Amino acid sequence: MIKLNVNGQSHEVDVDPDTPLLWVLRDTVGLTGTKYGCGVGACGACTVHLNGVPVRGCQTPASAAIGAQVVTIEGLHDRVAKAVQAAWQKLDVVQCGYCQSGQIMSAVALLARNRRPSDADIDDAMSGNICRCDTYSRIRAAIHEAAKSLA
Amino acid sequence: MNDIRIENESRRRFLQAGLGLTLGIYLAPRVVFAGVGEDPHAEAFEPNAFVRIDTDNTVTVISKHLEMGEGTYTGLSTLVAEELDAAWEQVRVEGAPADATRYANLFLGSQLTGGSTAIANSFEQMRRAGATARAMLVAAAAQRWHVPADTISVRQGMVVHAGTKHKATFGDLAVAAAKLPVPEHVTLKDPKQFIYIGKRFPRKDTSAKINGSAIFTQDIKLPGMLVAVVAHPPLFGAKVKSFDAQRAKAVRGVADVVAIPSGVAVLAPDFWTAKKGRDMLSVDWDESGALRLGTNEILAQFRELAATPGAVARSDGNAGQAVAQAAKHLEADYEFPYLAHAPMEPLNCVVKLGADGCEIWNGEQSQTSDQHAVAAVLGIKPEQVKINMLYAGGSYGRRASKDNDYVVEAVHIARAINGRAPVKLVWTREDDMRAGHYRPMYLHRMACGLDDKGTLVAWQHRIVGQSIMAGTGFESRMVKNGVDATSVEGAHNLPYAIQNVMVDLHSPTLQVPVQWWRSVGSSHTAFAVETFLDAAAHAAGQDPLQFRRALLAKHPRHLGVLDLAARKAGWGTPLAGTKAGERRGRGIALHKSFNTYVAQVAEVTVRPGGRFTVDRVVCAVDCGIGVNPDVIRAQMEGGIGFGLSAALYGEITLRDGEVEKSNFPAYPVVRMREMPRVDVHIVESQEKPTGVGEPGVPPIAPAVANALFAATGQRLHKLPLRLA
Repeated sequence: MIKLNVNGQSHEVDVDPDTPLLWVLRDTVGLTGTKYGCGVGACGACTVHLNGVPVRGCQTPASAAIGAQVVTIEGLHDRVAKAVQAAWQKLDVVQCGYCQSGQIMSAVALLARNRRPSDADIDDAMSGNICRCDTYSRIRAAIHEAAKSLA
Repeated sequence: MNDIRIENESRRRFLQAGLGLTLGIYLAPRVVFAGVGEDPHAEAFEPNAFVRIDTDNTVTVISKHLEMGEGTYTGLSTLVAEELDAAWEQVRVEGAPADATRYANLFLGSQLTGGSTAIANSFEQMRRAGATARAMLVAAAAQRWHVPADTISVRQGMVVHAGTKHKATFGDLAVAAAKLPVPEHVTLKDPKQFIYIGKRFPRKDTSAKINGSAIFTQDIKLPGMLVAVVAHPPLFGAKVKSFDAQRAKAVRGVADVVAIPSGVAVLAPDFWTAKKGRDMLSVDWDESGALRLGTNEILAQFRELAATPGAVARSDGNAGQAVAQAAKHLEADYEFPYLAHAPMEPLNCVVKLGADGCEIWNGEQSQTSDQHAVAAVLGIKPEQVKINMLYAGGSYGRRASKDNDYVVEAVHIARAINGRAPVKLVWTREDDMRAGHYRPMYLHRMACGLDDKGTLVAWQHRIVGQSIMAGTGFESRMVKNGVDATSVEGAHNLPYAIQNVMVDLHSPTLQVPVQWWRSVGSSHTAFAVETFLDAAAHAAGQDPLQFRRALLAKHPRHLGVLDLAARKAGWGTPLAGTKAGERRGRGIALHKSFNTYVAQVAEVTVRPGGRFTVDRVVCAVDCGIGVNPDVIRAQMEGGIGFGLSAALYGEITLRDGEVEKSNFPAYPVVRMREMPRVDVHIVESQEKPTGVGEPGVPPIAPAVANALFAATGQRLHKLPLRLA
């Protein structure tokens, strides 16, 4: 049994400690907002926050989350997150939507540490997240929009 | 204006929602799980198969088309809301069940989302659905208030009689309206009266997609469900000879290991356990009938074919002779690789077998075809295959599988365990990328001739590559006299006025499964035509824009987008400054696909060593009446990014028959830092709406290649683009 804290709630899960956090969240805890895209840490669809830091859920063994605060897309509620989601809504960023949980988790983490990101900051923080619908221009605009609303 | 006969759709209770919670599914408001149980819409008003109005004042639009990102749910809602005069906020969307008698694509004849037709084929149908519902609500109000129907108005979801100050919501009138006959005729609005069409309204799927609640196939969890991960053959055409499941079964949690026609499936209650089991399998493959070629050998075969005449797709005048006699002539070969669709959601499918048939949960793009294929496997009737259409995490053509591969695989697995549990088949990214169904590889051989005044007088275009339509239900319609229309589209119908034109085709057969990929034939023909034409302009000593304009006198819509893109891009003005060692260039390309006209101007910066960036793309689009301009813009932006991934990186290679690329590190795609600024301009039009999902893709690669030529003088003949 592994004890995890996800979105402020504690869960005891019966999984091998090397099971990726992504699959524990999706298949065991039942939070399916975090997505599987590549399984090799190359697409960012599985991005979650571990103690506020964005990590790839597919590359993070469940054991690495013991004692940490895990936050998923379902657990976003602070001011930065609300600003990001509002900007996504205002600009209608999404298309198929499958990558957007990961995009939003990366964007929230960026704005949490940098309230005025430049385009280069956005490139650095967001280039680990693939969007095959190529909503990148709107993601960029939405991050600037969220930054403005947080100022 | 239009007085149109209404199809008298029978009132049927075809959707029964709410079961999701009972099944323990994370239920998003927009996802409907069909099945048995209480009918929460018992009081609802369903004037036709596309609209339901509940007593709680919700208007539900039933979408016959898949929402895979291209904005269909929003577009179809717009059409209904327009004629119904609903308030945008009261409109929600549900995916339609599989039933071609009611939900066929009117252009394609079966229930299918593809060919950029969702809005185009539904434009009148969905408006009529809205207008019919409106007429019945008005009739119900007229009866209730004892006033003539034509003195009643409807605005923003309120039915109002100004004279008596009576007012009612749709919900108030739903029960009464449901008892009335369906009107035979309804009048649709004149475009001048449009309040929704042509304006930006927010997408219907945004809310659920920004908080994790949108349900994709990957997210379905049914009681007792097992997840299946499959070991597939390492080569196209290989089969299972034998397998040893002992080590797989020893993995804690593995529930079963079964052989199926396409490999060996390992089942477990969760994905990770099933995958661990799959990785422990040892399978002995029968590779006797397998493809052993590499892409280099395939290309060599294509070159041999290109030396011989093919099946003729178009022949005007005598192109061969005209090229030979021309004052100046050009020749070039173009090479295009296999491409994977690589949607963000790797392929997956949920199947539950029952006494009455089979139920499927899927980002379903091709209901009718899948129903028939599944029915054939199970020995049941197609209508016994119930399909729940969920959001698809991208597709770009892949989920409309031409041989129903992944859906049928899921059904085989469910059958192999005798239907004792529902099965969710999950492909890993590697499974997805190695499974073929690629955009075919092509070789184009081109020649053209210019007269002594620099006029283009001859054009020869030979294409070599696998037929996509061969062996599909579309073959009889799409393949004529040895010419698969999707192999030559964009080439045989090039708009430029050239006296002598020859387009011919070789369609060799290979074991690599190929399929339609966003923009299909235009994904390669546009590149060959538009870069070769650019080379001809250069050889004639003319500006590429003016050279094109002179050949387009009879094509005002082509000219319209070409001129608009050129003007907005500042064609002919110098590009802003460069740093030392950098060279900049601007390129233009024009292409009509799926009846939509798109021109793009790309600006590039080339750095020392040949690395380059695409800085900005100006895009002009003419898709007739623009139902939602913001969705059109989004599709152009997305199409440009998608086409740019192919232009910069896309390439599936084979070595000794084995697919060498299986995940994003080896098959890169455009990321945030490579995405150019995109400016989209939409031509005002009163023509019928045409599609936007695909037409943004074709012009970007040639526009970039032409810009690279302008910057460096290098002509590139091969995708992906590599400067020397």
